[in-house]
Amino acid sequence: MTNASRLLLAACTAAGLFFAGGCRYLKQDMANQPKNLPLSPSDFFEDARSERPQVENTVARGSLADDALFVPKDSNAFPLPVNRELLERGQDRFKIFCTPCHGLQGDGNGMVAMRGMKHPPSFHQDRLRQALNGYFYDNITNGFGAMFGYSAQIPPRDRWAIIAYVRALQLSRNAKVADLPAELREKLNRAGSSGANEAGTAKDPAGGHH
Amino acid sequence: MAQIFHRSTNFISRFSVFSFIFMMGFAVLAVLAAARSPYLTRQNITRQQPIQFSHKHHVGDDGIDCRYCHTSVETSAFAGIPPTKTCMNCHSVLFSNAGYLEPIRESYRTDKSIEWVKIHRLADFVYFNHSIHVNKGVGCSTCHGRVDEMPLVFQANTLLMQWCVECHRNPAPNLRPMDKVYAMDWTPTPDQEELGKKFMKERNIRTTAELTSCSTCHR
Repeated sequence: MTNASRLLLAACTAAGLFFAGGCRYLKQDMANQPKNLPLSPSDFFEDARSERPQVENTVARGSLADDALFVPKDSNAFPLPVNRELLERGQDRFKIFCTPCHGLQGDGNGMVAMRGMKHPPSFHQDRLRQALNGYFYDNITNGFGAMFGYSAQIPPRDRWAIIAYVRALQLSRNAKVADLPAELREKLNRAGSSGANEAGTAKDPAGGHH
Repeated sequence: MAQIFHRSTNFISRFSVFSFIFMMGFAVLAVLAAARSPYLTRQNITRQQPIQFSHKHHVGDDGIDCRYCHTSVETSAFAGIPPTKTCMNCHSVLFSNAGYLEPIRESYRTDKSIEWVKIHRLADFVYFNHSIHVNKGVGCSTCHGRVDEMPLVFQANTLLMQWCVECHRNPAPNLRPMDKVYAMDWTPTPDQEELGKKFMKERNIRTTAELTSCSTCHR
């Protein structure tokens, strides 16, 4: 080997090593981009959170619209129109967030309560039937007794949907036939009398009470 | 003068030229198989978490809805990992002295995040959105499997693009009635074919061409 070719070989090896060293940076690994995904760790911030805590007293864009929903504890106002849609939303949210402790019927026998959590009071007791709407709103938002606040999990509108549904649950055990619209009352009467007739023919003395 | 090559060299040289084609084929197959193996897709592999959280217990035994903890699944791309406070909703009372829950209490006391290990990892160039899927009626267990039966969560599917596209080509078999989206035990009923078509129309689900276009998932 001549001196020139030896020199060339050495230069090529050196260049090869030099460029190979850059591969790590040259390779655009698109599957692992240097960006923050939700809750991904960060080595930039001291607490390793890429998701930054909000500055105190921050008002999120659009959340001023919720102002009307903040009903004080001692008020019985209900800031939303109550309709079937709100009640159904309330039922849905109640099942997600409340039933673990309060139970499907709201009498405090949820699965988590059965497993040792403090039994919450029944929604059907007199004290809570008389309680103001604002009282419920405050308890969902800030918690009460062993129950932590749910402001982080349930947005204000949904809290009111839940309150509407709790009111419906309370009503369900105290509704009077006289409260029904005439049409429904008649239907109920008809069903009642036909039920009684059927029971009569079946000779079932308990049948008439339905 | 002696022969340089032994007689067997004739056979070896022919055989190696012939087998080279097969070897290349096997090499390609090996690469393809490796990419689909649990080693690379992480399918069916459980990982050690900082706390032995059991979805089987919380979902299967206690019947807690997915959305109690994963609150943003209906409204955002990210389903949400609950803050430590959500754990404390119950565990401030339940098992409040248990040693294995100490990392939760410590996190709550010190305001330091619990570093859960991510199980379902997509490549950073995939823009998956939870809310669009659940709001159009694709249920949790369709992708995540029976989480209510997993003491430690593992990835039930490959999460390969091939697997995503299978459903994007024809979503109908995976569309559920809206009240069954969060049900872990949903299985298609015999009339799923009809229902699927109906849901496609009702929920304005896009055409196959739109659902399989690159920019639907990659941006």
